[in-house]
Amino acid sequence: MPVHGEIWTVKELFVLPNEYIYWAIQIVMYPFMTGLVAGAFVLSSLYHVFGVKALKDIARFALVFSMSLLPVAMMPLQLHLMQPLRGIEVMMTPHFTSAIAAFGIVFMTYASIVASELWFVYREHFVTTARALSAKSDRSALDGMRLMLFRALTLGAYDVSEAALAKDHKAVTILAGIGIPVACFLHGYAGFIFGSVKANALWMTPLMPVIFIMSAIVSGIALCILVYITISVYRHRTAGGVSGGSRECSTAKEVLCVPGTMAAMDATRYLRIFMIFAITLELLDIIFRGYTAVKSWDILRQVIYGKDFYNIFIFQYGVGNLLPFILLMLPGLTVRRTVVAAVLVLFGVFMMRWNVVIGGQSFSLTFSGFMHYHMPVVPSDLETFREGLGGVMLVAVTPFVIFHFLNKVMPVFPAREGR
Amino acid sequence: MGFDVMDRREFIRSTAIFIAGASVPAAALEVMSAKELFAARPDIHWVFLVDTTKCVGCGFCVKACKLENGIPYDANVTRTWVERYVLTKDGKVRADTPKGARDGFITKQIDENAEGMKDIKDEDIDKAFFVPKLCNQCDNPPCVQVCPVGATYKTADGVVLVDRTWCIGCGYCIMGCPYGVRFFHPVEHVADKCTFCYHRITKGRKTACVEACPFGARDIGNIKDPNDPVAKVIMTQRVGVLKDEYGTKPQAFYIGLSKEVR
Repeated sequence: MPVHGEIWTVKELFVLPNEYIYWAIQIVMYPFMTGLVAGAFVLSSLYHVFGVKALKDIARFALVFSMSLLPVAMMPLQLHLMQPLRGIEVMMTPHFTSAIAAFGIVFMTYASIVASELWFVYREHFVTTARALSAKSDRSALDGMRLMLFRALTLGAYDVSEAALAKDHKAVTILAGIGIPVACFLHGYAGFIFGSVKANALWMTPLMPVIFIMSAIVSGIALCILVYITISVYRHRTAGGVSGGSRECSTAKEVLCVPGTMAAMDATRYLRIFMIFAITLELLDIIFRGYTAVKSWDILRQVIYGKDFYNIFIFQYGVGNLLPFILLMLPGLTVRRTVVAAVLVLFGVFMMRWNVVIGGQSFSLTFSGFMHYHMPVVPSDLETFREGLGGVMLVAVTPFVIFHFLNKVMPVFPAREGR
Repeated sequence: MGFDVMDRREFIRSTAIFIAGASVPAAALEVMSAKELFAARPDIHWVFLVDTTKCVGCGFCVKACKLENGIPYDANVTRTWVERYVLTKDGKVRADTPKGARDGFITKQIDENAEGMKDIKDEDIDKAFFVPKLCNQCDNPPCVQVCPVGATYKTADGVVLVDRTWCIGCGYCIMGCPYGVRFFHPVEHVADKCTFCYHRITKGRKTACVEACPFGARDIGNIKDPNDPVAKVIMTQRVGVLKDEYGTKPQAFYIGLSKEVR
């Protein structure tokens, strides 16, 4: 009779009978997705709160994208639960000594802040759209439904005078301001879930929440840059802005003419800053562990410098941190280089989550055995789908699907001429 | 009119009957705290005593536990298990617990999982011994602390239990336990662990593993009873606990614990 975790765990040397990799790929995806949510929000707040003008174009996109990512932050947890139908009990009957119990409160607070901020940002758009639709004499059935939707979205507030819009703007600034600490809390608490597990020698460090927040911001900014550039260039091309193929696009000058890419390039500055913070903290953690060398260091050293060497030093630090950092620092930054760097940064942050979650379970509580994780690729039943590549793809694709629909109601990009 | 007008005497009589009748169910609904309900015996605090010097690694305790508590016999999880430690002259410590020692230790080879079976010559061995393990029913249980819905809880008489109807199966308690005693039940799909055979001890019986042990290596007792033989040993002899550095205050005590035991 298979036990949960047995199918993807290989034990080596002395491992206790009940030990398996219980927290598998979905728990890697959970902090990764939450991190993207928090990071995207922080990027949008850089404009809304700190008035970084260069980020104006990307800020609106980052906010809507953060909203699209938000429901997906819960998805990995839901897919991971052994009793998914009871998942709601975390919100309904929280047990407050548990770090996870805070999830409902933090998550809902954050969701309301993002939703309210979006409403204030897009209220003018809702009103003008609703008015335009109601003025239309030959409304189709679809238009009728859209009218109902937009009327509902205005919440009855049709005042779009100068003074009212100024108030909206002020509300956005305040909400974005409150949102930053809440976003950090949302993700810092994900770090706390791991950092507070005293039974796990690799996880237990008070630095964990801070490391998580920094890498979250890094990944959120990187994803926004990547998606924003991709969509901007795609829109520009389909609109006939750039005639040629990818060769012409590789030169900096031409693509920089594409509206939007400039803002994305400006965001790389903040990406670099937060990368420095993230890497510094992560290295501090490893150095501190090595220097203090408590009882667990023997096995941690074997994991960090041996079993997981490639995952940590080559993939995470090398390919995921150092290489993109160099790419971003070299003078004459091109759009293509930015895109490559953003992809690598995302990969690096994903590897960091992997190395924390899987790496933390790759050694036994006996400190004299190891466990190796083999992610299920081809599902053989529901469990190997949920906790395998299938589940991961589901989680990864969903935010883009949500964004597609959200973008129809809250357009991120200016409407094309001639429409 | 169809109905009689009630006079004062009739009214008082009916009222008295109504109040008397209503007060019976009200008395039945006496409010009790959960603690009172679950442990009407505040004079009990269950503890476990393992005498490692008596254990021969026969695995009868593991078998008995699996059968008693409905843990699928062939599933590679168990509420209790026995570890074998072999210390060789070259200073190495080797340990194993094949299938949790459900079938005992039937070969001298050490089961190193993916590394295969390791031969050790008798003349190379300095010392070797067995250590039975089970839930420590910690007084400061991290599993109870981290459960997001309160499905796992500590009874007033000291045993940590899991509510199978409430557990969401997140696995946080499994991660939080420094002793690796928790797992997902392969049939119930919720967290599972040793309960000190709560269904037995609350009826005055010993746990299944204690009854199955032919050598008296395991025993359960009440630390609050000065005449309890287990309590007497813990109070008067030198006993150790596992991993006390985690601050969990484990309630399973060990005689003859060696420093190699993890």
